[in-house]
Formats: sequence, C-alpha cells, structure tokens
Amino acid sequence: MKARVYVMPKAGVLDPQGKAISHALEGLGFAGVNDVRAGKVIELDLAETDPAKAKSAAEDMARKLLANTVIESFRVELA
Amino acid sequence: MKAAIVVFPGTNRERDMRIALKRVTGRDPLMLFHREELPKGLDLVVLAGGFSYGDYLRCGAMAAQSPIMKDIKDFATKGGHILGVCNGFQILIEAGLLPGGLLRNASLRFLSMDCHMRVERAGTAFTSRWQKGAVFRAPMAHGDGNYFADDATLDRLEGEDLVAFRYTDENGTVTEAANRNGSARNIAGILSPNLRICGLMPHPEDLVDPLMGGTDGLPMFESLADTFVSA
Repeated sequence: MKARVYVMPKAGVLDPQGKAISHALEGLGFAGVNDVRAGKVIELDLAETDPAKAKSAAEDMARKLLANTVIESFRVELA
Repeated sequence: MKAAIVVFPGTNRERDMRIALKRVTGRDPLMLFHREELPKGLDLVVLAGGFSYGDYLRCGAMAAQSPIMKDIKDFATKGGHILGVCNGFQILIEAGLLPGGLLRNASLRFLSMDCHMRVERAGTAFTSRWQKGAVFRAPMAHGDGNYFADDATLDRLEGEDLVAFRYTDENGTVTEAANRNGSARNIAGILSPNLRICGLMPHPEDLVDPLMGGTDGLPMFESLADTFVSA
C-alpha cells in the first residue's frame, strides 16, 4: 500500500523558499499570486494492506522522522 | 578533560574542533565514527560542523537517528556535557536534546562570514571564562541557522536564562543587521536546563590561535578545560 506524506512549513513559520518562489513568479510576469508555501512530498511503499494501519504507521513515521513538528506540519494520504 | 568528537559521514569540521580542544588540554580528543560506541568515562562529547548525511531530509535529521545518538542521549541523561556547533547544533535539536528548530536562513543565502556574539549566560562550563555581556567574534558558515521556536519556548529560554549567545554588532548591541540568518530574538546559541548541553551556529573553534586570525573563540575551550581540570 502506498502512502504519501505531505510536509509543509507550519503556519506562522517563515518560509523563505516560498517567498523566493513567489518573487520569481512575479518576475516572470505571473500576476495575482498572493502567497507561496514550499514543502515536500515523501512517498512510502508499505507492506501493510490495512488502510487504517498503514495510515497510522505513516503518521508515526512522520512524527518521528519525516517531519520536524516544531517547524513543520504533515498530512498523510493513502494512494 | 576526556573529550570525544563524533564524526558522521559528511562531518567536516572535526579537525578544527580537535585543534581547539588540543590547544587547551594538550592532548588529542578521541575521534569517534558514528558506528562506534561511546566509551565510558568521557567528560565532553562534541558534535562538530559539516553536512552530515548531505543534509538529507533536514539538516541533522539523519545523524540524529544514527546509532551513536542513543549513547549520546544516555550520556546527556546522566548529566554529561555536550557541545554542538553548527551542524552539531542542528543534530542536537533534531535529537530533541535542545528545543526549537533551525530554518533556512531568512536571506536564503549560505552565510560565510564573521559575526559577533554577546555572551548572555556566563558561569557555565562553556562560558565561564567570559563575563556576561562580553562580545566576541566568530566565523559562521551555514545555510540553515535561522533559529526558530514558538513564543512560549522563547520566553522560557529567556526566563530561565538559557540563551547562551546572541548575535550583536561588534559593540554588543542587538540589531537586525547583526542577525544575518534571521534567528528569533537574535539567538545564536542556547543551553539545556542543566546547563550541560550547549548548541550554537557560529564556530568558536575556528578562532583559537593567532595564526587563524585571532583567539576570540578560545575562552569557550578554556572554560571547558577549567571545568574538567582534574580529569
């Protein structure tokens, strides 16, 4: 079973990468971009076949390693 | 003083740290590869700068999970002294031994330059040779040194006097311009509640000899040598 972990800078945490991307988009002439936040996506291929267990395992992995919950939030989606 | 420097794949400041420790103790510290066990009887463990594991995932995140970190956490629990500089600070934070997080520099630029720091907490194993308010110069070289913590954590650090160093100008004034990486409240280095774990981004070990261009960083290592004078 595949799981996708979305890791994003927490609301309120400065995201200089998002800001730089936003400025670059503006420089390219894309108008109307109010804000950009940049995070990462981690794909997991899990042996677990039970969706609830797979999700809970992925969340545990995110809490312990994939995200630093002091500065990042995460969300798990099963694919 | 029995000191050990931990070397992870990608650590690259361990020899600078060895020079600094040898200068004050007269003997070489142990160099430990991350797969080794932490020997008993150490006074000080140092996590040096570099780019452990290529900064994969987050700076310090991989090293924080490496086998030797379990020993280092035990060492911390037993009251051992630990110094983390630059990537070493990032590893201590990722391992949960110090609070907060280190974000990408606010400018998004890798900063390689000298900075000035003011000693906020004197009288610790790392700072006893300085007076509170002393200002010293240190090189810095990092891309992710922007210290972040929520307001409650920052208030606690300040309330419990656990901010070790702050970025200031050369006169010791806290300014925005002196805070090149954008750290919360100009924080450059912090201490654990028992004052035995210290992490900071700049490199005091790189100014410990006139041949390096100054000895501004030497008091940190003299402080440590004083602390473990009999060992």
